[in-house]
Amino acid sequence: MNFKHKFVFLFPGLFVLIGILIFPIIFTIRLSLSGWNSYTPEMNFIGITNYIRLFTDDPRFWESFFRLSFLSVTTVILQYVIGFALAMMVWREIKFKRFFRVIFLVPMMTTPVIMTVIWRTFFHESLGPVNDLLGGLGVKPILWLSDPVIAKFTVIIVEVWQWTPFMFLLLLAGLLSLPKEPFLAAAIDGASPLRKFVYVTFPLMAPISIGAIIIRLIEASKIMDTVFVLTSGGPGTATETSSFYIYIKGLREFQMGYAATLSFTYLVIMIISLTIIAKVLTKLMIKE
Amino acid sequence: MKMKTIKTCVTALISALLVLSPVAYADKWSDQFPHIKNTGDIPGECSYEAMSKKNYKGKTLKINTHAVPVMGEPTALHAEQFAKLTGAKVDVTHTPAGDLYAKAMVPFQAGQAPYDIVFGFSNFINDWRRYLEPVPKKYVEMKQMKDVTPSHIGVASWDGVMYQFPVDGDRHYLKYRKDVIDNPKYQKQYKEATGKELKVPTTWKEYGEMAAYFNGWDWDGDGEKEYGSAEVMKKDDLMYAAFYSRSAAYSKNPKTPGGFFFDLETMTPLINNPGFVEALTDWVAATKYVPPGGINFGLGDEIGSFGGGQTLFSFSWDDAFVAAMQPDSPINNKVGAAQLPGATKVWNRKTNSWDEGFNQAPFFVWGWAVGVAKKSKEHEMAFDYLCFFANEANHQADIGIGRFGVNPFRDADFQADVWTQIGWDKDIAQSYVDTLAEMEKSKNRVFPLRVPGTFEFNAALATAAAKALAGQLSPQAALDEAAKQWNDILNRVGKDNVRKAYAVGVAMEDNKQ
Repeated sequence: MNFKHKFVFLFPGLFVLIGILIFPIIFTIRLSLSGWNSYTPEMNFIGITNYIRLFTDDPRFWESFFRLSFLSVTTVILQYVIGFALAMMVWREIKFKRFFRVIFLVPMMTTPVIMTVIWRTFFHESLGPVNDLLGGLGVKPILWLSDPVIAKFTVIIVEVWQWTPFMFLLLLAGLLSLPKEPFLAAAIDGASPLRKFVYVTFPLMAPISIGAIIIRLIEASKIMDTVFVLTSGGPGTATETSSFYIYIKGLREFQMGYAATLSFTYLVIMIISLTIIAKVLTKLMIKE
Repeated sequence: MKMKTIKTCVTALISALLVLSPVAYADKWSDQFPHIKNTGDIPGECSYEAMSKKNYKGKTLKINTHAVPVMGEPTALHAEQFAKLTGAKVDVTHTPAGDLYAKAMVPFQAGQAPYDIVFGFSNFINDWRRYLEPVPKKYVEMKQMKDVTPSHIGVASWDGVMYQFPVDGDRHYLKYRKDVIDNPKYQKQYKEATGKELKVPTTWKEYGEMAAYFNGWDWDGDGEKEYGSAEVMKKDDLMYAAFYSRSAAYSKNPKTPGGFFFDLETMTPLINNPGFVEALTDWVAATKYVPPGGINFGLGDEIGSFGGGQTLFSFSWDDAFVAAMQPDSPINNKVGAAQLPGATKVWNRKTNSWDEGFNQAPFFVWGWAVGVAKKSKEHEMAFDYLCFFANEANHQADIGIGRFGVNPFRDADFQADVWTQIGWDKDIAQSYVDTLAEMEKSKNRVFPLRVPGTFEFNAALATAAAKALAGQLSPQAALDEAAKQWNDILNRVGKDNVRKAYAVGVAMEDNKQ
């Protein structure tokens, strides 16, 4: 048998890989070196002009990136804590366990854009029910979407509501797959529930926790629909994130070349950041 | 006997004329299409009768339009009618406003035509025109086109070539609650509290004072709080148009023609001059008299807020006014229209100082526009559809429905009778048509920016203004930031390219065409 024949079997996979991953990245890099926009719709070559513009004259991108970092880290930490607590709750033998397991997953099953429209209605400052309810309790109306600081937390609330179930699901699956022996040993030793959690459950859950956190960080760093529907990046630029900014430059202002530059730079930053975060989490959470 | 025969013949002739008259068409077509029940079909090259003689069976017309209801609803309605009349199949795709540009532009640039007809805003014209089929002469010379005002022919054309088929006409003007402003009780109360007259505001300062006074209390006795003003303040939701409206009085100086956005000679951006800064300062103050959450109001919110009776004032497109005047509106026949407020001073860029004295400048903001893709294979059917969309009967029915977003752009629309026939009070109808007609005559007015890179310019300004409204930057710092970005865009696009295109708009602004 000719040794080279085995490469024939690699071609289908290779073609798919090139088609859906390599080609779009190479095309994006090439596009980023062009000035394609509404008035010069062509793949001309302008060298690294777009990259110079990004690194020397576009503070808005970097502001949106740091804002994104704050939003994604905060939401993922909250999702992890709440998701873990809920998973622990239904991991135990409690009444209506199956019902709770299903109900906790409902937010994740809803369509994010539709739900964000509903949240926007809830938080509407003059017509929404949230301020009405607060008013009934004697609390002054809160500027959920109009105050630059509060609007960030409103985005966080919606994101946490929507995606905590995902974290819950992964962590519950992790809890259900844990070996029983360490827990039996802890029980025989008379360990309190808190000590059991700190010295048994949490360390055993560390690998799956890191996986869940990284997956959610990747997803959270692409946050777009919530911001688009809830605040459109406002008030001002207070809730503008990197992906929303790239969308504005690419599909609103039609600066395709520059948007490609932003996308590629963002991709590189995310690969580096997430690799570092994964390593740090592993070091912190997994004790050899 | 002879006399009797003549009488019989005359009666028969009159009967025959009646049968063949437009009224007879009205009966025939309005039975099938209740949308035109008020007027029936009106004879013309693109009337229901004329379209019924066309045969497009087996052909498909593809249209990309805005989401329902604004412009999306009339597009779909007239598509359905057109299909019934001609046998064509009409596919209508609805797209959010923010994506209309890109949804057409991407296939345009790729040399494709997934849509025969594309809806957008009239200020897309400079970017789109190379991909659009000019409106054929036979449509340009039609009777229904002859009635379109010169301003709106100008808006739909570039260098004398019409690329967009006129279906809508837009301008910004002031809307106010007539039942409050004309109310003697409130006039007395306001005088006692402020020492000033309560009247239709003629300056932005008066507008602000009155809006602040009528903010946050129940002045119409409906048990709910009302507020001063509803405005489009949401970034990326046409807020820059609201800012231009507020800036026109302070910055469009009749003594210094030749540019509102740029100085046409030097192409220096003017948007951070003291006139614009004054307007932005007023606007920042306005955040205190809009309804809670008003800083996030898009156009739909503004229409709903003023049209729903929540605020004393509003200014922007016609839709809020027409919505307020619909029979089911809580403030039906309680609203008035007037020119945009002015200012007691206007910035003179030549002398670098304020010129004292009253100044006002109307803003002919862009409106809905529609064109036929050059690469489409169905040019004739596409133009027939557009011509049918805007025929007299459809137009008269459409302009009376606020949510449709179809507004006056024909001389015939500026007759008060058109509006009293649909239930408006005579004085309101008169103030409305007078307001619109007066703008047509103005020699000191502002038209939307229609230059290469329009989106970039407007987005840069909107972002800066939004930062000022949110308190992230002072008005001067925000507009300096916008001006710097405008210079960067100018350098990227090329000053001469922008100048050449801007000159077309400046000629319309100074009403020299």
